[in-house]
Amino acid sequence: MATLQTRATARLMMSPAVILLFLWMIVPLVMTLYFSFLRYNLLMPGTEEFIGFLNYQYFLTDPAFFTALGNTLMLVGGTLLITVIGGILLAIVLDQPFWGQGIVRLLVIAPFFVMPTVSALVWKNMLMHPVNGLFAWIARSFGFQPIDWFAQLPLFSIILIVAWQWLPFATLILLTALQSLDGEQIEAAEMDGAGALSRFYYLVLPHMSRAITVVILIQTIFLLSVFAEILVTTNGGPGLQTTNITYLIYAQALLQFDVGGASAGGIVAVILANIVAFFLIRLIGKNLER
Amino acid sequence: MARSVTTQRKLTFTILGWAIGLLIFFPILWTFLTSFKTEGTAVATPPQFLFFDWTLENYHEVQSRSDYMKHVTNSVVISVGSTLIGLALAIPAAWAMAFSPTKRTKDVLMWMLSTKMMPPVGVLVPLYLIFRDWGLLDTRLGLVAVLTMINLPIIVWMLYTYFKEIPGEILEAARMDGASLMKEIVYVLTPMAVPGIASTMLLNIILAWNEAFWTLNLTAANAAPLTAFIASYSSPEGLFWAKLSAASTMAIAPILIMGWFSQKQLVRGLTFGAVK
Amino acid sequence: MGSITLEKVSKSFGTTAVIPEIDLEIVDGEFVVFVGPSGCGKSTLLRMIAGLEDLSGGRIIIDGKDMSSEAPAKRGLSMVFQSYALYPHMSVYGNIAFPLKMNGQDKAAIDKKVKDAAHILNLTNYLDRRPGQLSGGQRQRVAIGRAIVRQPKAFLFDEPLSNLDAALRGNMRLEISDLHHQLKTTMIYVTHDQVEAMTMADKIVVLNAGRIEQVGSPLDLYRSPRNVFVAGFIGSPRMNLIEGQEAAKHNAVTLGVRPEHVRISKTEGAWKGTVGVTEHLGSDTFIHVQVDGIGKITVRTDGDFSTDFGQQVFLTPEPARLHRFDANGQAI
Repeated sequence: MATLQTRATARLMMSPAVILLFLWMIVPLVMTLYFSFLRYNLLMPGTEEFIGFLNYQYFLTDPAFFTALGNTLMLVGGTLLITVIGGILLAIVLDQPFWGQGIVRLLVIAPFFVMPTVSALVWKNMLMHPVNGLFAWIARSFGFQPIDWFAQLPLFSIILIVAWQWLPFATLILLTALQSLDGEQIEAAEMDGAGALSRFYYLVLPHMSRAITVVILIQTIFLLSVFAEILVTTNGGPGLQTTNITYLIYAQALLQFDVGGASAGGIVAVILANIVAFFLIRLIGKNLER
Repeated sequence: MARSVTTQRKLTFTILGWAIGLLIFFPILWTFLTSFKTEGTAVATPPQFLFFDWTLENYHEVQSRSDYMKHVTNSVVISVGSTLIGLALAIPAAWAMAFSPTKRTKDVLMWMLSTKMMPPVGVLVPLYLIFRDWGLLDTRLGLVAVLTMINLPIIVWMLYTYFKEIPGEILEAARMDGASLMKEIVYVLTPMAVPGIASTMLLNIILAWNEAFWTLNLTAANAAPLTAFIASYSSPEGLFWAKLSAASTMAIAPILIMGWFSQKQLVRGLTFGAVK
Repeated sequence: MGSITLEKVSKSFGTTAVIPEIDLEIVDGEFVVFVGPSGCGKSTLLRMIAGLEDLSGGRIIIDGKDMSSEAPAKRGLSMVFQSYALYPHMSVYGNIAFPLKMNGQDKAAIDKKVKDAAHILNLTNYLDRRPGQLSGGQRQRVAIGRAIVRQPKAFLFDEPLSNLDAALRGNMRLEISDLHHQLKTTMIYVTHDQVEAMTMADKIVVLNAGRIEQVGSPLDLYRSPRNVFVAGFIGSPRMNLIEGQEAAKHNAVTLGVRPEHVRISKTEGAWKGTVGVTEHLGSDTFIHVQVDGIGKITVRTDGDFSTDFGQQVFLTPEPARLHRFDANGQAI
């Protein structure tokens, strides 16, 4: 296999994908970096000039940035909390033998395939609507005052929607990990007198720890960029209550046409994502070597 | 492993499992049911679950909207097109990395993965400007290009993990048997790789179909796929729940079915082989 | 025809030399076995002959022609892989026909050759099956069938029996030897199992750390190992290797004696010892004796001999069958 001729062919076959991806990554990124040092507003053409770190200064000292950063962390953290814990519990239930297991599995993973705009609108209108929504009806049936979700708990409502979309992902991956657990190990532990709880704590949880890490890291990458759900439900409001970093930059770029400021924000977002990516890449890289 | 399971335990988990499954699936089911109601029944209190006058009127109405078919076509063209181009680029690359790995193969793979980590907003501005200047805004071509690049790392990775599972000895055997590189690919590699390629394709069509950052930001009326079309229901048409439901059902049904078929590959594709 | 000559063949990965330099002559029709511990470079050497690995230096000459940089398919060799490397999506027929199809032969000729090969290998009833539906031994035969239809100058076998269970391995050993007698084609066979080497080879090449330790017929190697490595590697159970005073008595640093060349007695002998574990094989008995002042000695004796654990016995090596080695491990 490892002959000179095959190696040359291999390089040739890799180059289109590698070159295109390289361009795709580097060209816009360099442009973003360049714009971030310019005063550049699409509404005021011809006024572009180099202003050093001023855009960064504006962006990072803008109170909206801190609100958005806080919202982003809440959104990521809240969603992770729900999906990881829910995913572990669901995976354990789905791993038990019961009638119709396969169908239930399909039901559980279904939300993952629903496009974000659909799930956001369905939840917002048909479930969370304060008057006609299903939740409101349930609340009233039990004699409670219905919650006006997007007015009273806007960020939590979005977390709920996003968590619903990502719960299947966590469940499916944790279930896969759970199923790869060696049955003989469990039986050996049973022979050693370990009860169900200690088996879970000493065997199942350590076995799933890698999968849990993968779920957390990959979801974080995607959750940092939640966009469509916010756009179609709240437009970042009320006020800035549901504006995350992604939405903030979007608004700055395509609503206020402040290219320079949005670019500075973009670079900040890239740096934030890279902190997570660093750990994820190391984890996956380690896995490659086995 | 022949573990004994008592019927009672099985029954308990059957009830629990189905309860959870239906709860999670409920929003989809509810959308499906609502799509057959009249607008009046859709907002009725108390809600009508099954015993209402089923009607196909909403489907007729959504489809009679002049632009509906255009958005469907856009979705199909964009998701299938970007996947096919992605495959054409990725198959040779993944083949090379799986079967003639060098010291740098791992680095290349990791680097490809890292491009996937880039938050889209980081490049939103320049891409928007490039698209504007090149006249790619609101074109299918532009979206196909963007989605190809976005999903290329996943395609390469998935194919790589599938190709890796084809034992190298088999390709060596083919080479000993006198197969040229072309014949090796046609007679040996491709038939063995087809299942993997098929599931990679399926998963990437799903991902491209549901992509909702670039499709919302780079399209307006002409190239908008279903994601953007549905987003247009956010206001004020969102008040027409039955029509929203019908449009949603049509937008998600084909992908949901494909997704169910590809559920095994989903794990591999989305975790970059870290969990199989 | 199928003579293969290796001239100063070497292989290194980066700065590490896996095979420093090897010269070897393989005569047409010979059954040559490369044997050695894992990691000794025997598979690498075979793959270099096949053309699946580049040479770092030297030449490979097949039938008088320098084939060092020729593509694998052009060398006229067939290979049977350890994992069989059958094409899982083709039937048995398709697998065996594949090299002929690649060769551009016409359908009728292919059909005849495949059926002939299937007949020789008892695969006639399985031609429509997929490899996945076959047993290990049958897959092995398909791999061999795929190799023989090409009528190669030589067959290369890369540990072909290591995935089979013990009983099948014995059968396949016989079948491959049989095939060699029928075809009279050169065969190069790589294994780490010295029993396979002894039973099948015309010529054994013992490799260690990329170097040839000794080349010779099985009995040559058995009777006169050139050094301690070969002495310890060839023969089962292993030769007893004694160092220290007892060896010095025979003017050697290491003294070797095979278990079958030590006589055991309950009453008298040269060495006195205590019986440890006894392994009864039925035909033979292996007795592990702790000899005073020498150490553990394994003795092979007839199947009816019985002793008890801890019993005192006397051992006498046959003087004519002693092997003496110097400080460098070379035979004296």
